[in-house]
Amino acid sequence: MTETTGAATAAAGPPARPGEPLIEVRDLVKHFPLTSGIVFRKQVGAVRAVDGITFDILRGETLGVVGESGCGKSTTARLLVRLLDPTAGSIRLEGTEIATLKGAELKAMRREMQMIFQDPYASLNPRKTVGTIIAEPFAIHGLKRGEGERKRVVQELMDTVGLNPEHYNRYPHEFSGGQRQRIGVARALALQPKLIVADEPVSALDVSIQAQILNLLRDLQRDLGLTLVFIAHDLSVVRHMCDRVAVMYLGKIVELASSEQLYAHPRMPYTGALMSAVPVADPTTTSSRRLLGGDVPSPTNPPPACPFHTRCWKAQEICRTEAPPLEVKDGGNVAACHFPLTDAEVAELVPSPGHH
Amino acid sequence: MALLEVDNLQVQFASEDGIVRAVDGVSYSVERGRTLGIVGESGSGKSVSSLTVMGLTRSPRTRISGSVRFDGRDLLTASDDDLRAIRGDDIAMIFQDPLSSLHPFYKVGDQIAEGVRAHRDSSKAQAWDRAVEMLDLVGIPEARKRASSYPHEFSGGMRQRAMIAMALVNDPKLLIADEPTTALDVTVQAQILELIQRLRNEFDAAVMIITHDLGVVAQMADEIAVMYAGRIVEQAPTIELFAAPEHPYTWGLLRSIPTLGPARDDRLVPIAGRPPSLIQLPGGCSFHPRCPFVREAHKHTVPMLQPVEAGSAHRVACLLDHATRRRLWSRLEAGKLPGEAREEVLPADNGQTRHAEAGA
Repeated sequence: MTETTGAATAAAGPPARPGEPLIEVRDLVKHFPLTSGIVFRKQVGAVRAVDGITFDILRGETLGVVGESGCGKSTTARLLVRLLDPTAGSIRLEGTEIATLKGAELKAMRREMQMIFQDPYASLNPRKTVGTIIAEPFAIHGLKRGEGERKRVVQELMDTVGLNPEHYNRYPHEFSGGQRQRIGVARALALQPKLIVADEPVSALDVSIQAQILNLLRDLQRDLGLTLVFIAHDLSVVRHMCDRVAVMYLGKIVELASSEQLYAHPRMPYTGALMSAVPVADPTTTSSRRLLGGDVPSPTNPPPACPFHTRCWKAQEICRTEAPPLEVKDGGNVAACHFPLTDAEVAELVPSPGHH
Repeated sequence: MALLEVDNLQVQFASEDGIVRAVDGVSYSVERGRTLGIVGESGSGKSVSSLTVMGLTRSPRTRISGSVRFDGRDLLTASDDDLRAIRGDDIAMIFQDPLSSLHPFYKVGDQIAEGVRAHRDSSKAQAWDRAVEMLDLVGIPEARKRASSYPHEFSGGMRQRAMIAMALVNDPKLLIADEPTTALDVTVQAQILELIQRLRNEFDAAVMIITHDLGVVAQMADEIAVMYAGRIVEQAPTIELFAAPEHPYTWGLLRSIPTLGPARDDRLVPIAGRPPSLIQLPGGCSFHPRCPFVREAHKHTVPMLQPVEAGSAHRVACLLDHATRRRLWSRLEAGKLPGEAREEVLPADNGQTRHAEAGA
């Protein structure tokens, strides 16, 4: 499906070309207010779940978002598809501002973006048949009104995701976890969206099943030219799936690079520490693991300047006083760090690749 | 003699749909200062076997047979009172979900101290001091202050540490960790795994770690047992299991996990199908419906767990013969798909008994 990449040919033109931004996110912020008092509610603080992030999602790519729990990756996903309203900032879909859309316009925009959820047990209505569940997007948007046509399209979708189309009238409980996740994928594909956001789509599945779903997502992405945002805490899975990866920490993007580059040459010490912590299925690998002490600080009161300085072994005075800008570092990674990792440090930190 | 010896353990639950054979003839042993890793997917029986060791599956609807010997005592025939005296004292357990394993109404320190007072004749103040000491040992900052906190005031990693403190408060001889890090972030997981390892070395405890994560056992365990459908299908010293795996299911697991290393275009090779129902196991080798290398005879003969070579500590339950398995794995390891490996190595399956003989 990949045509010759049209690089960055200025301005936004309508023809769908891979390589140009589908979504542009600028200074996106989501604060959840903390209130006190019952009669007179007043805001006493805020959880800074997403605290000013800027990135593009390129047409036809898979963008991974990783980070520890509480880093804001799921909030980012929900902001992208407007399940949450941003506190500030802008999200542009093909040049159109969608962060402030309301009512009918918002509903129309939702056709372009779909989500795949983590828990295949909680995200499917147990009282509806699979056919109804997958056809629901059509019902909501008043499409494919004819009974026969709807059934035909749904069965095609079931076939696409590797479900038996004859199981059209079955209920979710009759399916295994992996098959349920396929139902969720079919539902997300129904409206032929421009963007699919998958929030931890395989973390509830067994290893052998996880591989089936990952392969399915990759095949669909390739065959249908989907643009995919893939959110996961498992770095190996993200490595496998994504073209580019954004690393989040305390509501901020701290590093963004191509998957190759990020895993071979992480620049931000936090990224290096994350990779160092992944257990490798090879008892012979040796790496001096860098154990991060403690937990992620509270997002209600994040550390000043560089948010990672409280846990960083390379931190110096400037990290406590001056926020590092997100800028291009040695090797092409974009990272926010005053003292990026050197290649020698990376070699020591990251387990030597693979088990073969 | 090993600290824990489990021999031919069978656990069956009566259910509305029939008898669930959760554990079907499992044997293993763990020595002091050693770590046994038990790997399997959901429904492989890996948790049930360890819960049974602790006597936690006893019920009128459960049938248990075989033997479980701990420090020379038979735990299957021990009375409930005896078991209660052993649990939390000589044998301790860490569960997967620290939030549901800690009582939300009681201070963390009190919950740990309770374990001391249940097994030792100590005053409240002594027990509290011991709790503080343990919290400090597992790396909770300001342990004396945090002992008065409630579980909800702890982060996920701290709760898991508190659970470990609780498990270790009476210096257990055996620690059973059932998916101890599954709910945690990688960074916290690394801290917890290191903690378990350090404590094992310091207290010379035996550790059983149960997980679905091959990466975790690769780093933690001295020996690994791979479970499938209630049975151990392969068991070997860790280095050997990863260097020369012998069972097609183990191959499947190893080939289906993404790693940090290989290029993105490396396709994962999933295991086809899904684990069987434990109520109605397939005949013969229970992995046969999913095995890419199945022969006709494998559908009728049940494979036994046997050493791959005479005297070897590496044991496998597979009806293919050793030489064939080596050839298959060398193809798979080189990146061939299971179908390609089969065509190259296995002759067309037209016979009945040939391979059954070779495997028996």
